[in-house]
Amino acid sequence: MSTRTATPPAAAGHAATTARPPAVSVAGAGKTFRIPHQQYSTLKERALHPFRSRSFDELRALDDVSLEVAEGEFFGIVGRNGSGKSTLLKCLAGIYGVDRGRVEVYGRLSPFIELGVGFNPELTARDNVLINAIMLGLSRKEARARFDEIIAFAELEEFLDLRLKNYSSGMHVRLAFSVAIQVDAEILLVDEVLAVGDAAFQQKCFEQFHRLKAEGRTILFVTHDMASVERFCDRAMLLERGRMVATGAPGDIARRYNELNFGRLAHTETAGEGARFGDRSAEILRTWVEDEGGERVTAVEQGTRCRTCFEIAFRTDVEDPVFAVTLRNEAGHTVLIVRSGTDGRPTGRYEAGETAVIRTGFEAWLAPSRYAVSPSVARPGAGADVLDSREDATSFIVHGAHAGGGILDLPFDLDVERS
Amino acid sequence: MSAHAAPRVHGPSAFGGGVRRFWNLTLTLAATEFKLRYFGSALGYLWTLMRPLMFFGVLYVVFTQVIRFGAGIEFYPVYLLTSIVLWTCFVEATGGSVTCLTDREGLLRKIRFPRMVVPLSVSLTALFNLGMNLIAVLVFALISGVRPRWTWFEMPVLVALLAVFATGVGMLLSALYVRYRDIAPIWEVTVQALFYASPVLYVAAQFKQFEAYALANPIAAILTQMRHAFIDPSAPTAAAAMGSTVALLVPLGIIAGVFGLGLWVFNREAPRIAENL
Repeated sequence: MSTRTATPPAAAGHAATTARPPAVSVAGAGKTFRIPHQQYSTLKERALHPFRSRSFDELRALDDVSLEVAEGEFFGIVGRNGSGKSTLLKCLAGIYGVDRGRVEVYGRLSPFIELGVGFNPELTARDNVLINAIMLGLSRKEARARFDEIIAFAELEEFLDLRLKNYSSGMHVRLAFSVAIQVDAEILLVDEVLAVGDAAFQQKCFEQFHRLKAEGRTILFVTHDMASVERFCDRAMLLERGRMVATGAPGDIARRYNELNFGRLAHTETAGEGARFGDRSAEILRTWVEDEGGERVTAVEQGTRCRTCFEIAFRTDVEDPVFAVTLRNEAGHTVLIVRSGTDGRPTGRYEAGETAVIRTGFEAWLAPSRYAVSPSVARPGAGADVLDSREDATSFIVHGAHAGGGILDLPFDLDVERS
Repeated sequence: MSAHAAPRVHGPSAFGGGVRRFWNLTLTLAATEFKLRYFGSALGYLWTLMRPLMFFGVLYVVFTQVIRFGAGIEFYPVYLLTSIVLWTCFVEATGGSVTCLTDREGLLRKIRFPRMVVPLSVSLTALFNLGMNLIAVLVFALISGVRPRWTWFEMPVLVALLAVFATGVGMLLSALYVRYRDIAPIWEVTVQALFYASPVLYVAAQFKQFEAYALANPIAAILTQMRHAFIDPSAPTAAAAMGSTVALLVPLGIIAGVFGLGLWVFNREAPRIAENL
């Protein structure tokens, strides 16, 4: 196999799709599963009711899916649970046949979609490696020839004759991965393998994927993890209920995915969702989030400026009311409270019948999640009387590739000074 | 990179994927099963041998000491052991085939490989075991006074016929079991009936006037011919027992027919096996 120079990720990969020959071509693929109402039909039943047509539900796992993956591309397939990702991968792998459309594969395709398939816990690692390598497409001779390399990569030389049932799950995964990367496929299918193993092992996996990619192999990668899609894929596709929602740059697809995931939970205006209290001498009419241009949004890119806004109608005269907005993340943690009057400036006097819009702007250096916005207005002073407070009046999503793991993702610099 | 001639439009199938891979997989699966059985316990091989031997011991005592069924049959104990070992092979191959696809659900749902490998490997494992058991049979036969003859070379052919028959049944059962789960009890009962309808405990001559019809059963024909070729040259050949050589076409036809039917059904079901499991 000739090596091909590695292309820089994302942009170059995207542009190159038209130039390079396709590795995988799917056109209008559809797959329908029939789920019979009686789980196990028996011959007896068939004999007793020969003319009764069996009833079943139809599940459209894939519907009119088309995609072209060019040679050497790292292509991501994302979607929520049950969106048809794995079915698509199985159709590509030739484990399921499609009912409609066509699937064309140019070149040798890895025949497996999961690591460690066919491992037998009763056998030793030595036996399992040979068996698994043959299952994955190597000949017996090749399997034996690459045996040492496989074991070395997995760093399991000392445990060769241990039965697999005595392996830790980490060792298990390492062994499985080591076998899998020895397979001579030009096109690899990868289903969520990186959900397992520790961070160091995941890194090792991705290094291997990069090596394979540098060798000109094509990788189709199914995942939930948007961060790895943005880090590794040249292009990606979003599936929802068996249908293609979008295909494009990984950043866009990740954003669409987050919108899809959280979007239905977000609402643009107040509908009295959460608890509401206060004496209503002022009333919060609407709550929304807008971007810097004043456009209403439900999703905000991490680090960009946005504003939470709410409109108030005063029913009585109020002197120096305190306006506040609370942001809570999905876990219910209060992430931010913004309150007027903290700078010592009074907010002024409002008369009955007057309305006002309160805008709070900030840069959204928040971890990707959904945030609930709870506006409130109160009389000034300690033990303040709440005029109106609406819990979770609206919500918005912050999306972005940088999830540090904390509740905030502030821009930071890191400096190492060696003595 | 390989030259891209024609695109491969593909889906799962019974065969396909190259002869080498097919054979490699079949052999690997069968060898794994075999290994698991023999090395799983300390006395692996002994235990496998024990089953037919115990069965033989019980039947031997019952039919030579209690009922005296085998009286007047030359080398009855050798015949009994041979037929039991062959019968065990048939039962293992077919009985194991019933659930073989559902047992390997993990493989079938995660890896693309020719589906036919699965039932074939079950037959192959049964054949490995038969080979091991035949060693014991051979030793027992020689001790009992059976002398080697040229006709022993017929044995591989007879075993091959049995294997083809068992594989045909196995393909049929495994493919049908995916759809109809009551295949398992149905086959259990069928095997019981077949056991008594085949001359395992007795010899074909004891069918008397029904002998010609009873030997339409391929197993009966194979056992009868085996007796002639392996144990007792004075015993009738299958052809003689049926009355004519042409009549042999009936059991042979059944073997071919069952194999063909099994192949056809399995081939038809193969693309959808993974999703119907």
